[in-house]
Amino acid sequence: MVERSDIRVVRCGGSKVNLRPPIISTDSRFVLCASGDLVKVYSTRTEEWLHSLQGHTNQVTGIALNPANHLQVYSCSADGTVKLWDFIDGILIKTFIIGYPLFAIYVSEKHEGVLFLHVSMATDSKNECFQLVAVHPPKSAEQEVEAKEMSVVSSHISSNPSCTAFGRGGEYIAFARRLQLNVYFFRKQKTCSFSLKATDKKGAKNAFTCIACHPTDDCIATGHEDGKIRLWRNFIHKKEYTYSTQHWHHNAVNTLCFTPEGTHLLSGGIESVLVQWQYGAGNRKEFLPRLGGSILHISASSDGQLFCTSHSDNKITVIESSFKVCGVIQGLVKGDAVLTDLMIDPRSIALVLNGKPGHLQFYSLLRDKHLYNLDIVQQEYIYEAGLDQFEVVKAAFDIKGSWLATVEERGQKSSDLEFFLKLWAFDERTQSFVLNTTITAAHTDRIISMCFSSSEETTMLVTTAEDGQFKAWCQGADADTQQDQNFWSCDFVGSYHNLKPTNCSFSADSSLLAVSFQEVITIWSPETWEMLTTLCQPPGVIRDLCFGRLSCSKYLLGTTTRNLLCCWNLLTCALEWSSSVEVSKLQPDPLSENVAAFSYQSKHTDLFVFKPSEPRPLFTNKNVCSEKVHRAVFVPREEPLNNCDESSQWLNRSQLYFLTQNMDLLTFSTATEEDRMLSSSKQLVIDDSVAVTPFYLLLGKHRQQQQKLNTQSHPAADKPQQPQGSVTIKELLHTPAHVLPAASVLCSMFVNSLLISNTGVQQDPLREEMDSEKEEEDSEEEMEACDSQQELRVQGSVDEVTLKLSKAQERELKRVRKTDFSWMAGLIDSKP
Amino acid sequence: MASFKPTKVQFLPKLGEKVTEETLYWKNYKSPVQIKEFGAITKIDFSPLPPHNYAVTASTRIHIYGPHSQEPIRSFTRFRDTAYGGRFRGDGKLLVAGSEEGLIRLFDISGRVALRQFKGHSKAVHMTSFLSDGFRVVSGSDDLSCRVWDVPSAVELSSLTEHTDYIRALAPSKLNPDLFVTGSYDHTVKVFDMRSGSSVMTMQHGHPVECVLLYPSEALLVSTGGRYVKVWDLLKGGQELVSLKNHHKTVTCACLSSVGNKLLTGSLDRHVKVYNSSYKVVHNFDCDASILSMAIAPDDEALAVGMTNGVLSVRHRRHQKDKEMLTSRRRRGPSYQVFVKGKNFVPRQDDFLVSKPVKQYLRKYDKQLKSFEVSKALDTALQTWTRTSKPDVTVVVIIELNRRGTLKNALAGRNEESLTKILNFLLKHIFDPRFSRPLLMVGDIVLDLYQQVFHQSPVVERLLQRLMEVLGREAELQQELLQVLGILDTLFTSLTPRKEALAAPPVAQESQLQAA
Repeated sequence: MVERSDIRVVRCGGSKVNLRPPIISTDSRFVLCASGDLVKVYSTRTEEWLHSLQGHTNQVTGIALNPANHLQVYSCSADGTVKLWDFIDGILIKTFIIGYPLFAIYVSEKHEGVLFLHVSMATDSKNECFQLVAVHPPKSAEQEVEAKEMSVVSSHISSNPSCTAFGRGGEYIAFARRLQLNVYFFRKQKTCSFSLKATDKKGAKNAFTCIACHPTDDCIATGHEDGKIRLWRNFIHKKEYTYSTQHWHHNAVNTLCFTPEGTHLLSGGIESVLVQWQYGAGNRKEFLPRLGGSILHISASSDGQLFCTSHSDNKITVIESSFKVCGVIQGLVKGDAVLTDLMIDPRSIALVLNGKPGHLQFYSLLRDKHLYNLDIVQQEYIYEAGLDQFEVVKAAFDIKGSWLATVEERGQKSSDLEFFLKLWAFDERTQSFVLNTTITAAHTDRIISMCFSSSEETTMLVTTAEDGQFKAWCQGADADTQQDQNFWSCDFVGSYHNLKPTNCSFSADSSLLAVSFQEVITIWSPETWEMLTTLCQPPGVIRDLCFGRLSCSKYLLGTTTRNLLCCWNLLTCALEWSSSVEVSKLQPDPLSENVAAFSYQSKHTDLFVFKPSEPRPLFTNKNVCSEKVHRAVFVPREEPLNNCDESSQWLNRSQLYFLTQNMDLLTFSTATEEDRMLSSSKQLVIDDSVAVTPFYLLLGKHRQQQQKLNTQSHPAADKPQQPQGSVTIKELLHTPAHVLPAASVLCSMFVNSLLISNTGVQQDPLREEMDSEKEEEDSEEEMEACDSQQELRVQGSVDEVTLKLSKAQERELKRVRKTDFSWMAGLIDSKP
Repeated sequence: MASFKPTKVQFLPKLGEKVTEETLYWKNYKSPVQIKEFGAITKIDFSPLPPHNYAVTASTRIHIYGPHSQEPIRSFTRFRDTAYGGRFRGDGKLLVAGSEEGLIRLFDISGRVALRQFKGHSKAVHMTSFLSDGFRVVSGSDDLSCRVWDVPSAVELSSLTEHTDYIRALAPSKLNPDLFVTGSYDHTVKVFDMRSGSSVMTMQHGHPVECVLLYPSEALLVSTGGRYVKVWDLLKGGQELVSLKNHHKTVTCACLSSVGNKLLTGSLDRHVKVYNSSYKVVHNFDCDASILSMAIAPDDEALAVGMTNGVLSVRHRRHQKDKEMLTSRRRRGPSYQVFVKGKNFVPRQDDFLVSKPVKQYLRKYDKQLKSFEVSKALDTALQTWTRTSKPDVTVVVIIELNRRGTLKNALAGRNEESLTKILNFLLKHIFDPRFSRPLLMVGDIVLDLYQQVFHQSPVVERLLQRLMEVLGREAELQQELLQVLGILDTLFTSLTPRKEALAAPPVAQESQLQAA
């Protein structure tokens, strides 16, 4: 993907966290999930992303805790490797090279040292054939080991990894494929298979969708396409097997999971209801409804206290065993399609696009974090396949971010089309958008595009629709309702020869409105609603339309469906230049004259950045990605970069994000930016393994303040000090409790450090720091001396004691003097 | 875990009257207090002094009521025949009244016996009034004359006989003690000046004049008669400003509110109408019988209406205080106290607030929708009360069921009774443009579902017959409307090209100029 030396295409917004079931660590403190080519580690209590395990070069397709060591995790990837990690510290321990793309990994306590892998043995891509193989990773000290020793367990298994499960204590493995359930007994080395009929008279669909085995009992639970759950028993004897059926889900059961004690069975499907069946009690069940998207996976922690469900809307929910949701880990929601444009909320500089069904999501690009969902439709979402529901199809912000306009739509057929235009006002008090006006019949047909005027004083919304009209909406212009509240009402209705409008755009100062009707562009004055002129360039229907900015504000750009990019001069009303490019998306930068054009040609997308004043591109990037790009947005930077390089200058003030058809959010990053990020990541030494406690936060705050102080007062002393400060605090937190001074001592010190000291004391730490700098190297071994030293301090009569010191004691004292106090300095220094 | 989102009832704009501040002002009167008098109430007059007692002339007596009492605080009963037109003097201490036998009596408010009697009229005196200096009384009589009397000496100062029919309306000027306006059954309104001793202005009302009224500025004059209320501009020499025809029977009385000088008229058609400053009706009071007289207190605190059946109905303004009293009384009830227990506790600064989870209360149909009981939800929405008073709720439930794709299931399997309910609802609301889309869909589904069994029930069959007729009529109407639209379109298109041709050239010039 890398074309130029200094500008790279970077993936952002995270990948799916719901591809494979998340796992909870044995101590229930962490949740691990596969996300793209990473394994992400989250805290269960704070839902924060702690760190990620980087190393795979392709999609991670499975993770499993090492049964031999509960602090290690196996991960397998489509790049053909299995890696063993220490997930607390994020260290890669070993890499086993298998050589085939892997799709899932299973481990069992009974089969220690054996990995069961899901391998694709496809010779060609058409008839994929999955095999379950057992791999014995060779024991060697090297980091990278080739594990070629494989034995096939079964060669006909389903591509769905949730159709395979280990039975009681790992004695057998059950796997289902379409209508057949196979159980392989390790001791007997024998496979029993049971099959069901495809359908019966009542129209049941019996294909297996998932499987789970009871941890202590000989029982296999299987989920089926029609929502039935079957519990199989007595399958050891092939002839005398029995099964019981339970039915609650109305659609396919996506996942099944037994709790570790085996008292309950959890199931989930498209309904987004977590169902807890009591094992052995027939039909007694509990529900946890409305969890979000449909449930894809469920996993339980080894002590049974926590459950994790992963949902289709890229979300992991952490649920307590008392059926209470205690945490939500939300990634960037990428549905099947993003219908709205990519937008930027001008207030929070958050990326806004379709989120959960019927919602708009606000995603902070700076922190790479999901902020919140704004409920647009405000209706109960029914999780049912094939149901036609309201979806947000258009949205637009005004220039200040105080108004949001949305269009929600339902009905694929135009005969039963329903849509609403809604206007939302930003409420300062609640810091969110509040519904102001709902317009039920804004147009008689589907709304195609809409935009706000770009002037600061008056806000105006223009919508164009398939009924051949465009309408201008203004706030509070309605004379009929003599009320103080400012509702929106229609100000003007315009049309042009009954042609269907395609797009609309306001000029930078809102003095002109351009509305394109098929091949014709009409220019209107929003003040008087007079049509000023028409521009026409016959071949092809106008697709995109945008005005130039700043010095290029006299130009109007348009793209047509017939591979033409045109630029008109609005002063002469004549075509300035045109070029034959197939442009799928035209995106102007709000902060500069630049315009980005994505062009899709011969199965890859190229990017051109140009100024409307000249037809020569400033920057070209061939083969940005292989899919079509329909959505793009310029995001203003917090602080402008100062790139001198001509080709990357256009990225100085804002950053270009774009969304491909595969729902990948990509961006361009420059070399200088990456340098800056790298240096900042070096500076910020975050101890991820430490759980976030109030104490930790307090220390962290102090450390930050200290850093600030340092940069202000001693710019020269900045660099050596910083790592030290963090090291010392780390020592304070990491020193085993038995070598730390008594808590009472620490407490008084800690409290002292919070008090505002006089200047005399403030010089002390500086001196101490100087000492510590010199004696840094031997600080470690002398940590133990710390406690004795503390005791002396507390007694406060050091001089008297030293009079009667033995030699040994004297030596001790010398060591004490050399002790590293810098961590204390860190505490004291942070007082202001 | 998100909670259930209840079905949202769309706020649909109400058709018809717009709610304005004025309608709210006039709506803010309590329900009337009814007082029974002995005969038809011909005149009500408020004392100009607080507490604004009012004199009610009915039959052979005049009662004076206090602002809130229902019993007269004073009554003048020394009339031998019917009394007419009791009016206060500007200081509220004297009262003058005419009578059927032609005598005019002058009373002290605190006394009982008449202080003066003015004799001279040969027929009934319907209208009497003090001139604004307070020393003269003017009277209008059925003997076609209009006389001015001196109060101290009780002698007639002058007699004006310019009218040719009964004089039934009289209004003295408040700014000039020598001017007064009379209205007569000879269809004229005349302005008399005592200095010249004759009329200075004559206006033709066109109907027998029942009442005349001067605006406080005395630039505008209101006369009522027949079904018409006319406003005349005196400064323009008596030009007719507006002619209002909002009543459908004779307008008998008019008065002005003190706040904003809003005109109120009462009529035999039993309505009191309130006009705004641009003479549009903003409010309407309904009464039980034909209205003969009406007066509003100087501070708009009370509106008194006298009717032919002798009932005096007094409406008092509702105050914020009253509302509070109502609510506070309710708060005293024990059942409510349970709910508000500790609600008005103000937390101190260092208190730690533990908020209680707010319980979500759902409507019945929402509860049923939540548990996917679609038929039951539809039944709930079709309950008589909801169906009749809140059809929008019923329609919203229907829309919600359709969104869930379960409308067909909900409509299926119904008996004759509930099907009749649905069909009646359709008949009533299918033409409401707000509801027609979902209801047409319901109609389609009902027809699909019950096609086979319709003939079994004559009731349902009859309803369907009616539905068909009504739909046919509506379709015809729509077609006619479309034809009208077509006509209008051709008219508009014949107009537009000219406009465009006019508009286009200057723009081209402008752009050329800019380019230059």
